[in-house]
Amino acid sequence: MNPLVVEQMTVAYDRQLVLENVSFSVPEGKLVGVIGPNGAGKSTLMKAMLNFIPRMHGHVFVYGQPYEKQRHLVGYVPQRNSVDWDFPTNALDVVLMGRYGHIGLWKRPRKEDIDMAMQCLDKVGMLPYAKRQISQLSGGQQQRVFLARALAQDASIYFMDEPFVGVDAATEKAIVQLLNELKTRGKTVLVVHHDLQTVRDYFDYVLLLNKRVIAFGETESVFTYDHIQKTYGGKVTFLSSTHIVG
Amino acid sequence: MNRMDINVQWVFTSTALLGLASGMIGTFALLKKQSLIGDAMAHAALPGICIAFLLYGQKSLLLFLIGATCSGYIATICIQFIVKHTRVKEDAAIGIVLSVFFGLGIVLLTWINQHEGGNQSGIHDFLFGKAASLTGSDVNVLTVTAVTVIIMILIFFKEFKIITFDRAFAQGIGIPVSLLNGVLMFLIVSVVVIGLQAVGVVLMSALLITPALAARYWTEKLEWMTLLAGGFGALSGVAGAYISLIAYAPTGPLVIIFATVLFIFSFLFAPKRGLCSKMIRRHIERKKLQSQQLMYKRGEQL
Repeated sequence: MNPLVVEQMTVAYDRQLVLENVSFSVPEGKLVGVIGPNGAGKSTLMKAMLNFIPRMHGHVFVYGQPYEKQRHLVGYVPQRNSVDWDFPTNALDVVLMGRYGHIGLWKRPRKEDIDMAMQCLDKVGMLPYAKRQISQLSGGQQQRVFLARALAQDASIYFMDEPFVGVDAATEKAIVQLLNELKTRGKTVLVVHHDLQTVRDYFDYVLLLNKRVIAFGETESVFTYDHIQKTYGGKVTFLSSTHIVG
Repeated sequence: MNRMDINVQWVFTSTALLGLASGMIGTFALLKKQSLIGDAMAHAALPGICIAFLLYGQKSLLLFLIGATCSGYIATICIQFIVKHTRVKEDAAIGIVLSVFFGLGIVLLTWINQHEGGNQSGIHDFLFGKAASLTGSDVNVLTVTAVTVIIMILIFFKEFKIITFDRAFAQGIGIPVSLLNGVLMFLIVSVVVIGLQAVGVVLMSALLITPALAARYWTEKLEWMTLLAGGFGALSGVAGAYISLIAYAPTGPLVIIFATVLFIFSFLFAPKRGLCSKMIRRHIERKKLQSQQLMYKRGEQL
């Protein structure tokens, strides 16, 4: 049974269709790159799958059950600029938020929650910054805190919205390492991604999206010149570094 | 101790609790970037209070609360309607609605004062607040509501924290965001409404935001910020009520002046975020840099 199945999903903002009849099915333990131009509906896809915005039509199944019943199995890493980083809190506190779903209403985090949050910070190389005020962290470090928070959630499927945007090389490397570790543990990860150059290196599967699904499948067979041109409406003039040089 | 003293003590206790609740809940309003909501609620409450008075014929805090809550609720619906169906942004919508409601309230208030013997009714105290006008039953309503708000904040602290910091993530991990957001808004409105008589329609929202703003300068932890804001609010409430009692002046402006003094002090002298400490740090760094450059130059000359 595939961990994530999306069936005929349609989403509209103010009567304008943003996603049209989107269907795909992701096998377990795969890293999936979600690729498409600005306004193609990549973030909307994630938000609609998570029920943050209403779907006009369509269903999302997580391990064979409707998403609404399996919410706890899905972890979400929002775009870094979606929150105010001047909020009065430290890195460890943010990661602990990943445990809130497990802790339950009214109760305080237990020792094992704090231990787990520390382990997650360690996995992204942020343990030395646990007590650091979050506005004092660099953009890449903030992104790693968000990833650690998703890890603390201990989900089976992860949605990550542009984790590679505006991060330094060290963070990019840390994220790739983390993605691979998640994969070996049988987790399924969807990543909204912008850099076409690295798609082949990072992802097993790609979802080429421009309001509709242009192509979905193993990167090897689907990430082709034709499909990319079709996704970007023929606006991609460079394709690979050899193309630019040559 | 005579009865008068006990009454005065109760007025102080209730304004302290009001300030405490106001500062604590204001922390969340400030961090949610919804500082204007309290202002809109307070101004929108005035016509509701006036209508309640016209219907009932005399002052009753409980009825005023109901009236204020109703007109506040109608104002919220108006704001949401404007945002949803026009190109007007939320801040402008709040601006429009709060001034229209306030204008309507002033018209009603003037009419009451001229016709219904309003001068004896004490209804004009709602404009700028008069802590001394709080009666025994007012004090009871105020105290019970303030304590309830404080208890609710303590119970839902963790949840309010996550929906304030990252609403989308909170929704993703299954926290009932809409419900908790509604609870938070309700607590904000409750504090505004119970503060109307003591602090006044015009300035109540400042008691919500100013203590939280001042508290932010002293700490990087939400827990401390909430407590500190509550402390600043309580201090402002008591100080304002005290000066107002001995000087026969309206309470609201005094409360806000006191809160603003606390804010300015924090803004200037807080250890890390304060202006002075920032300037001192910059000065030290500049001196360091200068002496380093001097050493390099000497090194080159040698």
